[in-house]
Amino acid sequence: MTTHAPVTPGLPTLLRGAAPTAVTKMRPDRLLDNPIMLLVEVGAVVTTVAALLDPSTLAVLVSVWLWLTVWFGTLAEAVAEGRGKAQAASLRDLQTSTTARRVRGSADELAHTGPLAVRPTDEVPSTSLRVGDVVVVGPGERIPADGDVVEGVASVDESAVTGESAPVIRESGGDRCAVTGGTVVLSDEIVVRVSRDPGQSFVDRMIALVEGSERQRTPNELALNVLLLALTAVFVLVVATLWPIAGYADARPPVVVLVALLVCLVPTTIGALLSAIGIAGMDRLVRRNVLAMSGRAVEAAGDVDVLLLDKTGTITYGNRRATALVPAPGVEPDDLARAACQSSLADETPEGRSIVDLVGGGDQALPAGVELVEFSARTRMSGLDHEVDGRVHRVRKGAASAVAAWVHSTGGRPSPEVDAAVTEISAAGGTPLVVAEKVGDRPARLLGVVRLKDVVKEGMRERFDELRAMGIRTVMITGDNALTARAIAEEAGVDDFLAEATPEDKLALIRQEQEGGRLVAMCGDGTNDAPALAQADVGVAMNTGTSAAKEAGNMVDLDSDPTKLIEVVEIGKQLLITRGALTTFSVANDVAKYFAILPAMFAVAVPQLDVLNVMRLSSPESAITSAVVFNALVIVALVPLALRGVRYRPARAEVLLRHNVLVYGVGGLVVPFVGIKAIDLVVSLIPGL
Amino acid sequence: MSATAAALGQVAALVAALVLTVPLLARHLVHTYSSPRHLRVERALYRACRVDPDADQHWRTYAWSVLGFSLAGIVLLYVLLRTQQWLPLSLGMTAMPAEGAFNTAISFVTNTNWQWYSGEAALGHLAQMTGLTVQNFVSAATGMAVAVALARGFSRASAGGRVGNFWADLVRGVVRVLLPISVVGALLLVLAGVVQNLDAPHAITTLAGDTQHLTGGPVASQEAIKELGTNGGGFYNANSAHPFENPTPLTNLLQVYLILLVPFSLAWAFGSLVGDRRQGRAVVTVMTMLLGVGTALLTWSEMAGPGLVPSAAGGAMEGKEVRFGEAASALFAAVTTGTSTGAVNAMHDSLTAPGGLVTLFMMMLGEVAPGGVGSGLYGMVLLAIITVFLAGLMVGRTPELIGKKIGHREMSLVAAYVLATPALVLVGTAVAIGTGSGRAGIQESGPHGLSEVLYAVTSAANNNGSAFGGLTTGTTFYDVLLGLCMLVGRFLPIVLVLALAGRLAAQRVTPAGAGTLPTHRPLFIVLLTGVALVIVGLTYVPVLALAPIAESLL
Repeated sequence: MTTHAPVTPGLPTLLRGAAPTAVTKMRPDRLLDNPIMLLVEVGAVVTTVAALLDPSTLAVLVSVWLWLTVWFGTLAEAVAEGRGKAQAASLRDLQTSTTARRVRGSADELAHTGPLAVRPTDEVPSTSLRVGDVVVVGPGERIPADGDVVEGVASVDESAVTGESAPVIRESGGDRCAVTGGTVVLSDEIVVRVSRDPGQSFVDRMIALVEGSERQRTPNELALNVLLLALTAVFVLVVATLWPIAGYADARPPVVVLVALLVCLVPTTIGALLSAIGIAGMDRLVRRNVLAMSGRAVEAAGDVDVLLLDKTGTITYGNRRATALVPAPGVEPDDLARAACQSSLADETPEGRSIVDLVGGGDQALPAGVELVEFSARTRMSGLDHEVDGRVHRVRKGAASAVAAWVHSTGGRPSPEVDAAVTEISAAGGTPLVVAEKVGDRPARLLGVVRLKDVVKEGMRERFDELRAMGIRTVMITGDNALTARAIAEEAGVDDFLAEATPEDKLALIRQEQEGGRLVAMCGDGTNDAPALAQADVGVAMNTGTSAAKEAGNMVDLDSDPTKLIEVVEIGKQLLITRGALTTFSVANDVAKYFAILPAMFAVAVPQLDVLNVMRLSSPESAITSAVVFNALVIVALVPLALRGVRYRPARAEVLLRHNVLVYGVGGLVVPFVGIKAIDLVVSLIPGL
Repeated sequence: MSATAAALGQVAALVAALVLTVPLLARHLVHTYSSPRHLRVERALYRACRVDPDADQHWRTYAWSVLGFSLAGIVLLYVLLRTQQWLPLSLGMTAMPAEGAFNTAISFVTNTNWQWYSGEAALGHLAQMTGLTVQNFVSAATGMAVAVALARGFSRASAGGRVGNFWADLVRGVVRVLLPISVVGALLLVLAGVVQNLDAPHAITTLAGDTQHLTGGPVASQEAIKELGTNGGGFYNANSAHPFENPTPLTNLLQVYLILLVPFSLAWAFGSLVGDRRQGRAVVTVMTMLLGVGTALLTWSEMAGPGLVPSAAGGAMEGKEVRFGEAASALFAAVTTGTSTGAVNAMHDSLTAPGGLVTLFMMMLGEVAPGGVGSGLYGMVLLAIITVFLAGLMVGRTPELIGKKIGHREMSLVAAYVLATPALVLVGTAVAIGTGSGRAGIQESGPHGLSEVLYAVTSAANNNGSAFGGLTTGTTFYDVLLGLCMLVGRFLPIVLVLALAGRLAAQRVTPAGAGTLPTHRPLFIVLLTGVALVIVGLTYVPVLALAPIAESLL
């Protein structure tokens, strides 16, 4: 896999860049959408005022650490955003204004008139191009805007966007007509109709994505936020009502201590890291060269129940390959091999080349004086005629029925054995090609059958097993007949298949799965895939595809690798797991904090609560300071985890849950006991505590 | 027989009775709430009230029906209590004061049955029978109806927010479930010696030569529904500690059984109602675990508990009836606070400090162990939603429970629900403790006095109704404060639950796959129990630390 980003800056570099940004993010108006951190900041203001009015070591320490808590929170977000900054900068270079050759005439005119390349052009800045404008781009020129090729064919260097250095072919019509602004034409001239206004181009969207500026909260993030706010509200109530209640017991703690308790109880850890988790998740996608148009789609990817995969190019190598020769009775295998090879020497299709490869005839040259018979849709045969010892040898290969008809027309006999071989190969998911030869005036003779077969990509079975473990069903989509489809489906290990599929069938299948309450993901590239891509919950369009397909999907894979869907699913799941794990950790932490703060808070009024001081913290002041310091440091400690994401391994839900509950739930209960005790050992050395 | 053996024996008998009958009643409940047929008496009722029992109500209509019906109940009961002196069978009782009637009307309509008054000294037979007992039936049936509506939210797919018909659910709950069992229960109680008559008070001369008035009345009939509907409002002030209400250890055990019967059966039925029996079993398991641990702690504390006096006496008998002893009193206390019943057979004020802590904590759990009829089930299901939200995230999927996704809106409703009762308890306690009128009622000084207030507000907000005692609550301040706590603590959660039911019913069902988190297996059950304990613990530990915890550690 390739990436276009420069080498990722290390965490220290990122921190240096993010530290000042984090300070500006501490402005209260910029914390409005993070109420938890805003609450901590209000707490910091209160304790600071208290420390100024009535200075004490405790008040000063708590104030300083509360400010640090807020800063750590904004720092996490700034670091997460910083990772995208470098990438955005390199993408911005693509946007420098260039001069474009715009074809004269209104959009209407240009939509209907013939050849455009010959029309007069004006030189205009690329930023003035609008949807519907038509431009001519020659070799060495940069394509000025996103669009579709309407005339010509060219090789284009898209490495600036996709990171893939090999040039790609872009041609008018068909599924490879989309070009991206900022990429460079290497050869030939194309005419491009602009499909995007400036500021809304693909690269613009990429920049917004990697910078995180376009980030909207995803549905699940919203739901989690509600839970966190409810928890925060409960703790605000707990602390606020403690004021009069403790007053009754003559145990009213100082304001600084109440604020410290509140900050320790509200879920600051997840509150500080929540947006960083989301930004880092999108960043991980971008790193894998997938652009998600919304965070919603990434989250949906984690929920996907059914994955629709095109057979060709995804499950199998794009082309069929010859894998065996079956000679007819009485025919020497070598004769069949020779004939098959000869008939394929001039055949430049991948299938033809694979036959030559199979019989090891790669170094054979075409015999002299041959006449090639090209494949035509009418005859459905190809081959060649050549003279050996004064007799004309005609070699043909093609579909069984076509060859049988040709043999019959020359007076030759059919062969039941060959027919049987043809049926058998079809049933096993292969494609039979029959080879026949006619020497001189004698009737043509069936030589045998070449078996062409879809070759399933290596490692696919394992990937499908992984998906099954995640609870995702894979369905293979193919234009093949049911017999062939079944055989390949079995070989590849997919759960189900849709044979002889038309685009309408695909759409119907997606709808049917969705009616059953399942979430469907698919990938596609052609214009006829667009409706299905739009209907699917997660539609990944290939970058090589048409703009219609890219527009319909909610993600674009720059590598145009259909198996990327599997990684997208993993990233989606990882995003949710990281959120859940850190929330659980955050809430579980509170138990230990109570054990630290409660005995300390009521040390004078209710001394018997000292039995709860199980950590044996050295003094009440030191206990409260240690809890606050731990609360702040744990944010910093978890930043790397938030950015990297909790490791996801495909497994049954319960296995995953058990593991994560042990690590983040039980771990969240235990770690703060150790951490607070350790901090207390240091903090207790400070004079005045 | 040793005390320990007796304690274990009564628990064994109770468990055996429940194990035998809960599945049977659960099956009956499922049929009751899903059968399309109406009984003749029900049809007559619907005709008389002009309601269409077959109209499938939108959750809003359902909620308005609940609120309207309950408001009518409050008004009627209020009027009855204020005018009883002019009505028959008043036994010469005067009208209840306005704020007292306000409190009592709310108390019985909200299934709380907080009693600031002494039943035998304040109410005539008519008020007891047509006022309180009627509400004992319908308030219980209302809770069951809401729980069933929530179950429909899970079982229905794309139902556009329709959750059933409140009137049919209400009537069926009374006619097919509560009435028949109450009749049997009342007969058994009469057989075992509980009083049942319509007599005026008997005047007797005591051994010491004083004259004493013994009030009889329709006690057994009220007693049966008092326990069965987890109401808890006693005929007498002493409640189930009174020998006319609860004369023997056998009636005591029968009452405990009646308290637990419907909450457990409804939870068991939940599985069948949502189309997955394992879910019901999981809910019952969590409830049983919480109740079991609570009962064990309370029994240990009362029998062998800490403190100078209990150790010297070999048990904490203060405030307990000799005919029951520590174990039966502890069992009753755990069950009455674990459900939202609030009946008492011993004075909770006199429980050992850890024992008092356990009863407080059982209520603070939000009445889910196993909770009030209906309310226990929906409370537990909402806790399960929070658990499944965290757990679901941790397996990398949008959280879902029984095929329904827990999204932003669903979570908002659940969050508001979880916030409601703690807010009432904490703010209520703060108001009571922070004002002169609130402090005036406190009897004991120090942490125990705080416990008294905390217990009263917790009991009201959670619709339990039991009193710690010691606190003078028959004042305008407490009548109004506790009345509002009961009112909001009952109906705000109900509206939120119905809204949630509506949203869930509008969703499609997501079929469970290998990636779906199973919510019926031990791991989830442990997690749900943990979430309940941690959330409640984190909310209440500071205030508990100042009251019963501080007291326990003295």
